[in-house]
Amino acid sequence: MPPFLTQPFPEAWRIPLRGWTNDGVNWLVATYGDVFRGITDTVLLLLVRVERGLAALPWWLVVLLVAALVWHATGRRVWPAVSLAGLLVLVGTFGLWSQMMTTLAIMLIATLFTIVLGIPVGIAMARSDRLKALLRPLLDGMQTMPSFVYLVPVVMFFGLGNVAAIIATFVYAVPPIIRLTDLGLRLVDAEVLEAAQAFGASERQTLTWVRLPLALPTIMAGVNQTIMMALAMVVLASMIGARGLGQEVLRGLQRGNVGLGLEAGLAIVFVAIVMDRVTAGYSRRWDPTAKGR
Amino acid sequence: MTNHHEEGATNGAEIHIEVEDLSKVFGPDPESIVPLLRDGVSKDDILARTGHTVGLRDISLRIERGETFVVMGLSGSGKSTLVRCLNRLIEPTTGHVRLDGEDVLALGPRALRDVRRHKMGMVFQRFGLLPHRTVLANVTFGLRVQGVSLAERREKASAWIERVGLAGYEQALPRELSGGMQQRVGLARALCTDPEVLLMDEAFSALDPLIRREMQGELVRLQQELSKTIVFITHDLDEALRLGDRVAVLKDGFLVQVGTPVEIVTRPADDYVRAFVEDVDRSRVLRARDALKFAAPHATERVEEALGRVAAGATLGEALAAIADVGGPVAVVGRNDRVLGVLDGTTALRALTERPEVKTS
Repeated sequence: MPPFLTQPFPEAWRIPLRGWTNDGVNWLVATYGDVFRGITDTVLLLLVRVERGLAALPWWLVVLLVAALVWHATGRRVWPAVSLAGLLVLVGTFGLWSQMMTTLAIMLIATLFTIVLGIPVGIAMARSDRLKALLRPLLDGMQTMPSFVYLVPVVMFFGLGNVAAIIATFVYAVPPIIRLTDLGLRLVDAEVLEAAQAFGASERQTLTWVRLPLALPTIMAGVNQTIMMALAMVVLASMIGARGLGQEVLRGLQRGNVGLGLEAGLAIVFVAIVMDRVTAGYSRRWDPTAKGR
Repeated sequence: MTNHHEEGATNGAEIHIEVEDLSKVFGPDPESIVPLLRDGVSKDDILARTGHTVGLRDISLRIERGETFVVMGLSGSGKSTLVRCLNRLIEPTTGHVRLDGEDVLALGPRALRDVRRHKMGMVFQRFGLLPHRTVLANVTFGLRVQGVSLAERREKASAWIERVGLAGYEQALPRELSGGMQQRVGLARALCTDPEVLLMDEAFSALDPLIRREMQGELVRLQQELSKTIVFITHDLDEALRLGDRVAVLKDGFLVQVGTPVEIVTRPADDYVRAFVEDVDRSRVLRARDALKFAAPHATERVEEALGRVAAGATLGEALAAIADVGGPVAVVGRNDRVLGVLDGTTALRALTERPEVKTS
């Protein structure tokens, strides 16, 4: 065997990706610091408003509103509405009400961002096979890359705290809504599309009157998945300074307070269940092919 | 003899849609196949050699204003491709489609949309309705696309909904309706923009036989009032013969024969069409006047022997019933009470049972 093959991996082949990345990130932070600060301030302003709004609501009103939402989403069924509202009351009895409101505010804003950005990207992806081929590996990467990896640069760009948590959550949670928007639009019945075309509908008319409404259940399934993934980020996000329920889990972990960890963990699960039922309910309700209730 | 082709349509009427040398090839590079089409290479050879599928080949047709023109063929014959080439849901590879003399294939996107919006309505096999919208919203779709105001849309749509027999179902969703009722919605939607041309792609094929007959009758009734130019696609010969003023038979993308139902049944252009029409119920297709052609020489002239009368346009079945009724020959009476000839039982039976010869012309 030539000596070359018995050697360890050649040092000379080393690609300095880490050096490039660090330089790049540093350059970005130095050059576009104002831009990032601007984004941070805007998101923070939005978050503070939502959080204050939620905090200002009396607890019983929140419980009632959630019950009403579940009742509406599940097609006016009373039992899910009562039981899911009960779960929220249970979180209150753990003494975690205000933390839950904070988590809810972060979630709502992160979800809003994923919808506002994810659906248009999904629409563009459904229109162009080339764009789809380009975006797919990127989305795969976003979903499989360990989230710790981008927590650090996110903190460098947006600082420690809730805003960084929202951005990190967005990166982690946006792929499913893009994918499912694309899928939903591509699955629309070809004959219905042909009919729209045959009556002379423009592309915009076809999109807003035919494609999007028919894809809505699939898009809602994407919103559902996105919210579930965002909730999975709550604890991780607390490591970069997000407050709320994740922070309590982290505190329980750091202090060996198993009870606190369990309470906060259960609270996250309850929030997840409520949000899942609501979005899954609407996904089903808006399905035009489903049998009417 | 006193029989002539009163249905023989092509004389004098105004041409509404003209299709000329239309070909359609599916595949990565359709243009490259055009020379092969000209050289007459077969569909199978083209597929084997180049991977391209020939959908339509050198189709030329003249469709008259106000006629119901049926395109018939089995699956894969290209009939659905043909109807989609008329409004360019499918882009033809070569050839021309003229609507009132205007080349549809030369239109830009905007002008094409205008033609689709105002001049052509279409009805689909599986209806193609918006499942999340009501009957009313579905029927108004074409007008909404045009930008017509809500009040006007409602007014026109309500009239059409009533006319197709769906009054009271305006707020129903398509899934709450039976197949036949859904296709009535499809029909009302197509008629609501008041187009000159109605394209119907296997419009009744997805319906139960009984409902299908009912819808065929409905279409015939509507057409008597509306006189639209209808291009109707079907794989069902009985449907073609029942609805069509003229019928075109397609096979493997080729046009095999165009003619009136009687011509198709009595003088099939080749063995393919002959096999098709062999089992047809001739008593429904042939008319009393057509039956006269099957008489022995001079047999139709013995007017004094006639025991009854039957209209020239009555079906052969009705003529046979009349013969059985009176127990002897009947006079076939045309316009202005003119006697076209005398039809006896033997002649009528011959007309009923004759095996058609392949037309050699």
